[in-house]
Amino acid sequence: MSHSPDPALLIAQIKDKLGIGEDKVYAVMGEFAEPEELVEAGRRIRGMGYTKIDAMTPFPVHGIDEAIGVPYSKIGWIAVCGALAGITTAQVLIYYVGKIDYPLIIGGKPLFDFTYSIPPTFELAVLFTAITTFLCTWGLSGLPRLYHPSMNYRNMHRASDDRFLLVVEANDPKFDAQKTAQDMRSVGANDVEVVEG
Amino acid sequence: MSVVVQDPQLMAVNPPLVQGARDLHDLTDQISSVVEAKVYETPLKYWITLTFTGSIVLLLGAMLTYLVNTGIGVWGNNRPVGWAWDITNFVFWIGIGHAGTLISAILFLFRQKWRTSINRSAEAMTLFAVMCAGIFPLFHTGRPWRAFYWLFPIPNTDLNIWQNFRSPLIWDVFAVTTYFTVSLLFWFTGLVPDLASLRDRATSKIRQVVFGILSLGWRGSARHWRHYEQAYLILAGISTPLVLSVHSVVSFDFATSVIPGWHTTIFPPYFVAGAIFSGFACVMTLLLIARWTLNLQNLITIKHLDNMNKIILVTGSVVGYAYCTEFFIAWYSGSIYERFTFLNRAFGPYWWAAWSMYSCNVFIPQLYWFKKMRTNLWVMFIISITTNIGMWFERFVIIATSLTRDFLPSSWGYFHPTWVDICTFIGTIGLFLTLFLLFARFLPMIAMSEVKGVASQEKHTFAGQVEGSVSHR
Repeated sequence: MSHSPDPALLIAQIKDKLGIGEDKVYAVMGEFAEPEELVEAGRRIRGMGYTKIDAMTPFPVHGIDEAIGVPYSKIGWIAVCGALAGITTAQVLIYYVGKIDYPLIIGGKPLFDFTYSIPPTFELAVLFTAITTFLCTWGLSGLPRLYHPSMNYRNMHRASDDRFLLVVEANDPKFDAQKTAQDMRSVGANDVEVVEG
Repeated sequence: MSVVVQDPQLMAVNPPLVQGARDLHDLTDQISSVVEAKVYETPLKYWITLTFTGSIVLLLGAMLTYLVNTGIGVWGNNRPVGWAWDITNFVFWIGIGHAGTLISAILFLFRQKWRTSINRSAEAMTLFAVMCAGIFPLFHTGRPWRAFYWLFPIPNTDLNIWQNFRSPLIWDVFAVTTYFTVSLLFWFTGLVPDLASLRDRATSKIRQVVFGILSLGWRGSARHWRHYEQAYLILAGISTPLVLSVHSVVSFDFATSVIPGWHTTIFPPYFVAGAIFSGFACVMTLLLIARWTLNLQNLITIKHLDNMNKIILVTGSVVGYAYCTEFFIAWYSGSIYERFTFLNRAFGPYWWAAWSMYSCNVFIPQLYWFKKMRTNLWVMFIISITTNIGMWFERFVIIATSLTRDFLPSSWGYFHPTWVDICTFIGTIGLFLTLFLLFARFLPMIAMSEVKGVASQEKHTFAGQVEGSVSHR
């Protein structure tokens, strides 16, 4: 017999794991008006020894990944696996259907042949690649997620509009609310705020 | 930001893609305002048009109900023309969709920045066109609710049989289904950052919840963008061969048969070129209307339209070249049936359809050699429509004329569409326009995040520019 845990406790645990709660600090956030300023500030913040840095921007800013140390996406390899799965599925399906389960001689053509299986195989490879890529884009980004502590930042709504935000997360070993906020101001960030979880 | 001195020479050669002295916030405002307008703020002409096209959708519903109730004998398909308007319309609509994928995927891979203002609406157009296309083969089965077992390899006790994978018709099912799914995923992926913008701007509870869910919690983090950009590249990369394969597979439906006029190896590239040709023309028609009604002149500039017209000229000429090749091969093959079919096309009972097609597809687009024509809004609007008329006739000519007069003169005939044929086709046009109008009003029609990226880059090239400094030539 398994006894179900107290839902309130479970929610508290999940919140704890996600770093959500009034008593928690998520990060220090600040904003910039221009993408170049963000990249430059990101580089300097990283130079100060911070490692858990993030940026939130209305469009992909080039050079930000190197500046704040975001690793390269591995989604390409997952897409390749999707393509292989599609090719395998199609070949097995067409072989099984034509040769094993429902052999029918039509126009004297072979029951299975690589040549006529090419179009459906290609299409399934594309289909599986697309679905894998699509799901992994969100999955690897931790989405869908309806709440995130960054929403508590007063200028968060402008990250999808015209501002470029820099974030130093609280789980950074070098993080100290006062000191980090000062560092953020020193690299030129406006509206620097310690954001609650 | 330092102010770079504006270089008028550079602007004349290569005018900016986003015009007017705007900042990023203005762009968000301009594009979102259409979506956020109150019912009474949207021009009345929009609602009147929507009511009109919506009533045509009702006509489509009535026609399909009548068809299912009565049987497919209500269409004009009969001996010797067993495939007629239904497959003509299917190929026509699928072809329209191709430009959307070309703009969103192929131009993306070629780093053509001018695509950003038009790619969202072109992708939406693809989806709606494929929906319209799907109606015809689905209802041609007569019993569409059972068609899933006939079309897709689903184990079932309904028929206890499997599909024949040697037939190009099943390849078509795979191609079109994949095409629709991939286009939908691509389109939605592009929409997510913009939906997040709308979520962040939302003032009412309903909008916050709806856009909150649709945007998946997107917050534009660098850790999102790195996956996103990679994924977008992959989707563009696979859509490119996909779009070429879809119309190739559609052309296999004809090319693998033994009917003179169908049995030719030129069909795949010929169909793909024709598809892009008609699709670009359709994007042009829709964009010109949207640009005018929603005042998007600064985002959809003459340069965008000029570029599209160049593509229409190229693909139209490719189609013209394919017509010549067909005639040459018909003569060169030495087959009397091939020769007859092509002479019959141009001078037989369907001469009027064939010459409409040659004029609309080959002769009229030649006007685009002149820049004056490529940049004249009325000229391009008219040509965009004649092109689509011509491309519909192309499919009709290929399908009907090849079937009306085949090997045996005793089985010759002439095809007449019934009123149900005509109303069903008009109905799909209504469905297409209705879906597009709904999209243009309720979702951001221009890819905000992409346009911002382009605008931000252009600021360096064109810094210090003021509105009106660019002369439209």
